[in-house]
Amino acid sequence: MKKQSTPWYAAALCLGWFVSLGVFAIGDAAAAESKSSTADHSKFTELQQDFKSGPEVTRACLKCHTEAAKQIQKTTHWTWEYRDPATGQLLGKKHLVNNFCTSVPTNEAFCNACHVGYGWKDDSFDFTKQENVDCLVCHDTTGIYKKPPGFAGNPITKDVEFPPGSGKILKAIDLKKVAQHVGKTSRDTCGACHFYGGGGDGVKHGDMDSSLSAPDKELDVHMDAVGNDFPCATCHMTTGHQVPGSRYAPTAKDVAGPRIRGKADTRNPTTCEACHGDRPHPVKTLQVGNHGEKLNEHARIIACQTCHIPEFARGGVPTKMSWDWSTAGKLTPEGKPYETKDAKGHPIYSSKKGDFVLGEDVKPEYIWFNGEVTYTLLTDKLKIKDGVIQINSYGGSPDDGKSMIWPVKVFRGKQPYDPVNQTLVMIHTAGDDNTAYWTNFNWKNAIATAMADVHAPFSGKYDFVKTEMYWPITHMVAPKGEALSCQQCHSADGRLKNIKGVYMPGRDANKLLNMAGWGIALLALIGVLIHGSLRIINSNKKG
Amino acid sequence: MTAEKIYIFKRFERFWHWTQAALIIFMMLTGFEIHGTYKLFGFGKAVSLHTFAAWSLITLWVFAIFWHFTTGEWKQYIPTLEKVDAMLKYYLTGIFTDAPHPFRQTSLTKHNPLQRLAYLGVKLLINPLIWVSGLLYLYYGAWTELGLGGLSLSWVALVHTGAAFLMLIFFIIHVYLTTTGATPLAHIKAMITGWEETH
Repeated sequence: MKKQSTPWYAAALCLGWFVSLGVFAIGDAAAAESKSSTADHSKFTELQQDFKSGPEVTRACLKCHTEAAKQIQKTTHWTWEYRDPATGQLLGKKHLVNNFCTSVPTNEAFCNACHVGYGWKDDSFDFTKQENVDCLVCHDTTGIYKKPPGFAGNPITKDVEFPPGSGKILKAIDLKKVAQHVGKTSRDTCGACHFYGGGGDGVKHGDMDSSLSAPDKELDVHMDAVGNDFPCATCHMTTGHQVPGSRYAPTAKDVAGPRIRGKADTRNPTTCEACHGDRPHPVKTLQVGNHGEKLNEHARIIACQTCHIPEFARGGVPTKMSWDWSTAGKLTPEGKPYETKDAKGHPIYSSKKGDFVLGEDVKPEYIWFNGEVTYTLLTDKLKIKDGVIQINSYGGSPDDGKSMIWPVKVFRGKQPYDPVNQTLVMIHTAGDDNTAYWTNFNWKNAIATAMADVHAPFSGKYDFVKTEMYWPITHMVAPKGEALSCQQCHSADGRLKNIKGVYMPGRDANKLLNMAGWGIALLALIGVLIHGSLRIINSNKKG
Repeated sequence: MTAEKIYIFKRFERFWHWTQAALIIFMMLTGFEIHGTYKLFGFGKAVSLHTFAAWSLITLWVFAIFWHFTTGEWKQYIPTLEKVDAMLKYYLTGIFTDAPHPFRQTSLTKHNPLQRLAYLGVKLLINPLIWVSGLLYLYYGAWTELGLGGLSLSWVALVHTGAAFLMLIFFIIHVYLTTTGATPLAHIKAMITGWEETH
């Protein structure tokens, strides 16, 4: 038995080596990361204190980062307000009505958990006070920093029972530890709000949810945690705290090569073209059919996302596809609100919010989009088309020269409106008072409170109306092998069956020509068959 | 009576014919898939194969045109109306009663008057329609640079498909008429060996 295999202890030794090498390698990587910064915040004397509140931390930050708060105060992250230069409309969370939780005013204590500040609980909030800026929510690297809804954007600094009387204790956060471990923004810090928009994980966007915290390559080639590992800021290239790439200012078509470092460039850095250029597919001279060239031709009118994000909500987190507020308010026999969940434990009915339809691995809808977005504002008279109100409408057409075919999530809702004044309405949803819908389940009072808060007229009558809101699909870019195949669009019932203004082989065959062509070919065939049969019959007769 | 044989189709001509036949059948197969009639290779693959076959056929055609002009064989396609009526009458009645074939094939006039007209039609009508519309289709992406921005893809596609239907109809009748020789396989044998059994 000389030819025995390697003894077990040798194998164990080898394994041990690999494991320890692995541990060292990981340790090295972590060390390298921290070494890339020239500052170790835990050594700063300003941060050697037990912070009692968020603003206290900010005051310490501002001692060195003197301009940071001023920069933040100019951003949409702070103002929740955006004037669209193209339409002149005043947008932003502060003003808009959407078809998710609908509106912020009177619900600030809850909604503004995602404000990049401390204490915006009502109109009295001081937007000029620098210490009101929350540095930690974006720069935390510990993962322990949280701003629960109900505290107007403040973190918990003392253990507290919340909601009061629930017996649930929210634990205080060690602000000192967080402050001493600040760093660059990450998918987790951005995601703390942007993954959870609309009231929960993945609810709003469809292409952004907690699965992007550490995605694999299948889910997103750029953010792939063990590959490219892009944080959000790689594309949303930020200077002076101004984060580009807002959906309020979308770039639908970017006809240019990749951005070059050092070259002044005011283009939106978040487009695919900003890195890949507008002719991204390699052209191989000897390739049969010159596929790359053909794809580059397609890229002139088709957004990259259309083929390269074949489905959204692919990471195992469902997204909401529709929300029907009109069924909200059903209570148990004891008069309590309740929730119904689907097989996977996701709510599909809630007394507070109504019925939901969830979707995973959702195929987008496709539209011509030129970057112009018009919203139905609270002050607008409603335009109801086919029984539906567009919360926002995307401009675009096949022949304006500015449009591309884009994938979108169309979020369909049914929400209260004022049938007398013909306007959308805001809702006072969250709160402990006696008009908040989620506490009292009285629509009229909830609407009246919210509308009074923003000095908008309310007739006292309400009804429910169908609404649609468009969301661009741009994250969750699949590996190239997973991109749409030609025939997924080039077929009669393909993805682009509703796209007008282009002739697509495989989709748009001329019916008249088909009838004539096949008809005559069939007649020719029948003709020669008859002719042939007659010849055979005749030759048999003679035979 | 021993069968009389004459040498009609030269080696290149036979090679040209069968290669062209194979390519055209293949292009009808892939073409109607691109058109959306059925699924076989998948749209993308069908486009690649169709394009590759197109370039092969163009190459073959360059040689064929060269051959026709250098050998003078192009004269075989000069149209004539002489005996066209006799040919039609033969196919409509005579063929059933074993009437004598009104046309006598020689190596200098290897096509009967109907063949001349039909092949000329293919060469001067169907082929140019297919080639011009096909090349335009292929270079759709370059129309603006080529100053052809005013063209409409749906019209180019319509012409291309229409010509393809004409080719299909020609193909059906052509294949059938190969069986009308001295024996049902005589014409096909001639196209393979070059030697035609005459009547």
